[in-house]
Amino acid sequence: MTTDTIGRFERSLAALEVTSEVVPASAASERIGAAVDDPAVGTALPFEGVSLPDAVTAEPTPTELEDAVTGVTPAAFAVAEHGTVAIGSSERGEEPVSLYPDRHVAVVAGSDVVADLGDGFDRLLEGDSRGRGSVVFATGRSATADMGGLVHGVHGPGEGHVVVLEDR
Amino acid sequence: MASDPSRSETAERLRHLLETEGEIVRPRASEDNARREAAYDELANLEALRADARAIKEDAIDRLPELIETVREVVEENGGTVYVADDAADANAYVADVVDAVDADGRSDHDRPSVVKSKSMTTEEIDLNDALEREGVDVYETDLGEWVIQVADESPSHIVGPAMHLSRERIAELLREEFDPDVEFETAADLTAFARDYLGERIREADVGITGANFVVADSGTITLVTNEGNARKCAVTPDTHVAVAGIEKLIPSIEDLEPFVNLIARSATGQPISQYVTMLTPPTESPSLEFDGPDADEPITASDGESDREFHLVLLDNGRTAMREDDQLRETLYCIRCGACSNACVNFQSVGGHGFGGETYSGGIATGWEAGLHGQDAAAEFNDLCTGCTRCVDACPVEIDIPWINTVVRDRINRGKDPGTYDFLVDGLTPDAESGSGVPLDKRFFGNVGTVAKLASATAPLSNWLAGTGPVRALLERTIGIDRRRDLPVFQRQSLVDWFEANGGAEASRRRARVGTALEREAVLYPDVYTNYVDVARGKATVRTLEALGVPVSVPSLPESGRAALSQGMIATADRRASELYGELAADIDAGRDVVVIEPSDLAAFRREYERLLPEASFERLRSNSYEICEYVYGLLENGADVGALSTADGDEPIAYHSHCQQRTLDLEAPTTAVLERCGYTPETTGSECCGMAGSFGYKREYYDVSVDAGEQLAEELEGSERVVASGTSCSDQLETLLERPVPHPIEVLGPDR
Ligand code: SF4
Repeated sequence: MTTDTIGRFERSLAALEVTSEVVPASAASERIGAAVDDPAVGTALPFEGVSLPDAVTAEPTPTELEDAVTGVTPAAFAVAEHGTVAIGSSERGEEPVSLYPDRHVAVVAGSDVVADLGDGFDRLLEGDSRGRGSVVFATGRSATADMGGLVHGVHGPGEGHVVVLEDR
Repeated sequence: MASDPSRSETAERLRHLLETEGEIVRPRASEDNARREAAYDELANLEALRADARAIKEDAIDRLPELIETVREVVEENGGTVYVADDAADANAYVADVVDAVDADGRSDHDRPSVVKSKSMTTEEIDLNDALEREGVDVYETDLGEWVIQVADESPSHIVGPAMHLSRERIAELLREEFDPDVEFETAADLTAFARDYLGERIREADVGITGANFVVADSGTITLVTNEGNARKCAVTPDTHVAVAGIEKLIPSIEDLEPFVNLIARSATGQPISQYVTMLTPPTESPSLEFDGPDADEPITASDGESDREFHLVLLDNGRTAMREDDQLRETLYCIRCGACSNACVNFQSVGGHGFGGETYSGGIATGWEAGLHGQDAAAEFNDLCTGCTRCVDACPVEIDIPWINTVVRDRINRGKDPGTYDFLVDGLTPDAESGSGVPLDKRFFGNVGTVAKLASATAPLSNWLAGTGPVRALLERTIGIDRRRDLPVFQRQSLVDWFEANGGAEASRRRARVGTALEREAVLYPDVYTNYVDVARGKATVRTLEALGVPVSVPSLPESGRAALSQGMIATADRRASELYGELAADIDAGRDVVVIEPSDLAAFRREYERLLPEASFERLRSNSYEICEYVYGLLENGADVGALSTADGDEPIAYHSHCQQRTLDLEAPTTAVLERCGYTPETTGSECCGMAGSFGYKREYYDVSVDAGEQLAEELEGSERVVASGTSCSDQLETLLERPVPHPIEVLGPDR
């Protein structure tokens, strides 16, 4: 929301070792292209003037999903306090695309970055679904300590990058 | 009563666990506990959140039948199915039918249908994997810890970290034996990478995904899964059939109610501010299901265009929960969100792990409630005594469950279920307690009535001390009431504190002696707990001198036992009677405006915590608000103008190591003691969070002696370098004196004026 909230969001992400950048919508496509490792898959981005770069396969098949190194999805909103991105679950496939590849690039509108978890819950209740939708609060990289030491990238992504659209 | 062989078997089993699994569990659990404490400290509104979470659970369990109906309607409206299973067999049969139907529809691509699962204690409770395998289904756990346990064919040793008892080396060995992999197989990263690939394939091929649920939102049908690995998300959305199995107690009314839990659960479980994935899934979702094989593998995942062929089943498990809900004492267990914080905080859990401190399914202090409620009282009998009532878990629990109380109640019920033992006349002869003839084991009645024993021993000291130290008597004590012969016995004083006080002129003389310095116009009644009165008389004398020097006249009446000892043995009826008697005797003093001063933290804890359940509310409130721990009281006097010069002071930076007491910490009374020590010129160093392991009678008992000493040694190591050590609890002092081989007095003995 405010620059301050976005700053806080970026600091939280950095603490989770997730990289981020704040860019104008006009530069987003190019920046996303630079942030992906090939092969990359993605789901449609609902932000005006922003589309997936050509290098990213939109509407992937399961085989492409399985082979992909990077998945690009929008985030419905983000929570600055924890560095959380809220990934919706729709027929467009944000859920598997944000989950299967080892690198996740999330794109979020600056106006959708809320301060804390309380505001995040308010957002869930405000939407059309009124808390009846499906959403994942994803914070940092997938992790486990079950094998006798902390390891990132277990079933979910081991790397993350967030592109914040400063004018959306 | 427990016979000798069963005591030595228990001792043997626990000693083995101490040396094997305990070695691995201790550092992990105590690190999780430290992280949990730090994560709690970061929350300014921690107590408000805990209270909120508690209130939501109370309300939800209260309205449970209604919430079940609500969720049934909503899930059906969303296109899913709800099945309420009475018991394990019922739940297993239902899930097997679901898998069977998928198979029969030809939706399974394999000879045998396959299921992938994310971690769920509830499916452990019903042994779902075994049941499905018997039906010819391949079942794969996908949470790494749970998978390791499945490969090892063991049971989880911790609610959150099922493989907490296995070292990395052991895991590598297990996986090598099972899979004979041709890759590098040493580091945690190697093992994780192998698991990711292997289990990834199982998930992509699976016909059905089974998850648990951390919370089920009744009015939206939303399943909440809190995880770090991401496997639960994959299991839920990859196959087109999703079955969620959850206890009925997981229902909460609406999505707003989730917030405090999301704020708390990762902190209490692992010390993270939030878990990696908080999935709020309202199935059947529109998310495309994924076919990695066959023709669909090369069709865009969006091809279905929102036409969902997803199937969703919510299995709500009762299995004894309805009966628990109707049980006033066990109901609280249903508020548990299974975060494992109580296990991590528990010194005995740290020592032996969940295979020692746990039942068929659940582990740690709260396991007593779960196992007794779900599998019957006897299921808790095996490990329930490992809860010493220290209360370290009470502040850890995000939903404020009184875990020690549940342990006390279940112990009481287990006791009563037993036959009266052969040696009962021994204790009956000493004291007719409320448990007489009820089947409560003799050792419990002995320790539960320790005041009477102490009185007799004091009256016959030093003969009793000498006698108790002889070989034949130690052997007899070990055989009859299970006192380990390696444990030093308390040395009883011939002159009790009460007698000493009377011999020195009683309250009258105290009033004269207290006429010094500023008149504070307060008077105190010193509660002579059993140990202060008969054993540690010195700390009682130091207390009397301190109070008088600060201008407060004291009386030291002979008072009944607090009932603490009885409670720790699960003798609630006896404790109840003691509480009433004691309150009756103190009421006149409280009416007269006297303050009740207590030295032994566990007795004060009884006044401030357990008495709430034993006394009428008004009586409880009056005693609670008029009783003080000795150093807390001295701190108050100093704050109100008493002269610190009247005490034994040091020169300003004299180091002193202070080991608080578990209950002292839970009551937030460590700080006043360190503050008083500081004001008197000491530089107190407090010990880390570990407990001394003695816990009243626990460390005396043959079956627990090794566990007790194991915990004590951790603490002793911490204190080794300190020249001067003080401790608030008698048991802590006893344990430390034995291990450090030097005196460990109560702080008041250091602070009290020399005379
Ligand atoms: S009793 Fe409390 S601390 Fe223990 S597992 Fe349950 S919720 Fe967590």
